[in-house]
Amino acid sequence: MRRREAIDAYVFMMPAILGMIIFVLGPMVVSLYLSFTEYDLLGAGEWIGLQNYRELFADSLFWKSLRVSAIYSVVSVPAQLVLALMLAILLNQKMRGVYIFRSIFYLPTVISGVGVAMLWRWMFNPEYGIINNLLAKIGIAGPTWLSSEQWALPALIITSLWGIGGTMLIYLAGLQGIPQALYEAAEIDGAGAIGRFRFITLPLISHVTFFNLLLGVIGALQVFTEAFVMTGGGPNNSTLFLAVYLYRNAFDYLKMGYASAVAWVMFAIVMVLTLLVFKSSPFWTYYNDEAQGSKP
Amino acid sequence: MSVYPTSRTRKAEWRSSRGQKTITNTIYFIIAALGSAVVMIPFLWMLSTAFKKPEDIYLDPPKWIPIPPQFRNFSDALTLVPFATYAKNSFIIVTLVVLGTLLSCSFSAYGFARLRAPGRNLIFMILLATLMLPSAVTLVPTYLLFNELGWINTFLPLVVPSFFGNAFFIFLLRQFYLTIPRELEEAATIDGANSFRIWWHIMLPLSKPVLATVAVFSFIGTYNDFFGPLIYLTDDSKRTIAVALSYFQGSPRMGPQRHLLMAAVTASILPSLALFLAAQRYFVRGIVMTGIKG
Repeated sequence: MRRREAIDAYVFMMPAILGMIIFVLGPMVVSLYLSFTEYDLLGAGEWIGLQNYRELFADSLFWKSLRVSAIYSVVSVPAQLVLALMLAILLNQKMRGVYIFRSIFYLPTVISGVGVAMLWRWMFNPEYGIINNLLAKIGIAGPTWLSSEQWALPALIITSLWGIGGTMLIYLAGLQGIPQALYEAAEIDGAGAIGRFRFITLPLISHVTFFNLLLGVIGALQVFTEAFVMTGGGPNNSTLFLAVYLYRNAFDYLKMGYASAVAWVMFAIVMVLTLLVFKSSPFWTYYNDEAQGSKP
Repeated sequence: MSVYPTSRTRKAEWRSSRGQKTITNTIYFIIAALGSAVVMIPFLWMLSTAFKKPEDIYLDPPKWIPIPPQFRNFSDALTLVPFATYAKNSFIIVTLVVLGTLLSCSFSAYGFARLRAPGRNLIFMILLATLMLPSAVTLVPTYLLFNELGWINTFLPLVVPSFFGNAFFIFLLRQFYLTIPRELEEAATIDGANSFRIWWHIMLPLSKPVLATVAVFSFIGTYNDFFGPLIYLTDDSKRTIAVALSYFQGSPRMGPQRHLLMAAVTASILPSLALFLAAQRYFVRGIVMTGIKG
């Protein structure tokens, strides 16, 4: 009976196991191997040892792409978290039409991708776009945005803020798990709104922040579509995200070995950051099963 | 602006806390409404441009309401390029991927949730860990594999992997299966049903709401996917809507014509929009489940 169950279990898990081996773990190993070869789709790859990595670390474009991805992550992820939490708190209040508001804020995430990128490209148009038009109304001469080396990256960060609906909903779910009694008790003890936020909401939502931060960082390091469609990595590579740099090497120059090396550096960075978030979490996340247990 | 009915509230109460609450709620409402307005601006700007006459696009100050609305922009945009072909390609891929995802994920999730076997939990942990893996790491070898198989420029690289599970959706479904009472399966086992019949006849019907959640997320993800179709589909006649769109802005016939571009973008987001409006609660459910349990 037990053996029968185990056999069944493996049969059921088989699609997932095969998928993992064929499409994840296998390619990972091959990718590591490829990163030590020179391979251009023709013939067999030639083993060149650490040559790709040496070339990579000597390439100023690689460092530039690393910088672009780093700036984007450092600015857009915290901005997204703060904005999403503020929105979630707002939309956790009792008010008329709250469900409609939630839907409106979530809507942009549903249509993410090329359409959004094209729409924002048009919005950022320096002469006829609505953004500079609105800025002009309050007396600001808007920059040339996507065609400006200085403003292209900020434009992409602004675009990313439009898509915080998912993060907001995750926060909202977390907020609804906080027992109302805690707030009432705090109110009786004379805690103000800021105190309640600082000592109840923030600690009790910290595990959600942890989750959102992790997803946010991993996502930010892989940004591709918006940059590819809105700026193509330009102007003068000022929005050359790591993923765009990788794409160029793999599919424009067909340097498959080199691209694999880029991918592994990217992987290493994600690993280190994930580890950092995990290791630091005891210092800023708060776990109390009793408090989190009751959900409405 | 009074938000809540006050007629039945006691007068004393109304004067003190109730009155204050109404005021703060009104303030919240105003902030939320203003925020929503800001979020809606891009949509409105898109619609406004999509319905404009070409010569009205470059007006300063811009004209928000396009009078008369140019419905012909849509027919122009959608016939200037073989949009029907792109839509058909997207439709085929999305349908197959959603089908493959539902089948493979619910199947595997049942194994992870209910059937005991040595190493099961370890496999599940590895599966979850793959969620954090940047897809770039597997990109090149996967591309080479499909290239070797001769699958480039076919839908196969986009469709076939969906029949081999998806870590995120397996997680979602497993969490749900764990909440289904075991008694149902035990009764079925006594009646002589094997695991496969239990999965098909008991678990699947009971998990319809979660399956719907998986279906809508998988639909949206696949329909919006840009990178996969971009690298695997090279022929114009094979392109999906998402990839075709990205080529519009560079094409000499459509690129300079903002009203046609925005009409195409509007048309392209209609399926996702319709799905969202029809299945809102499934979106929220999926997010709430992953958010809290994470």
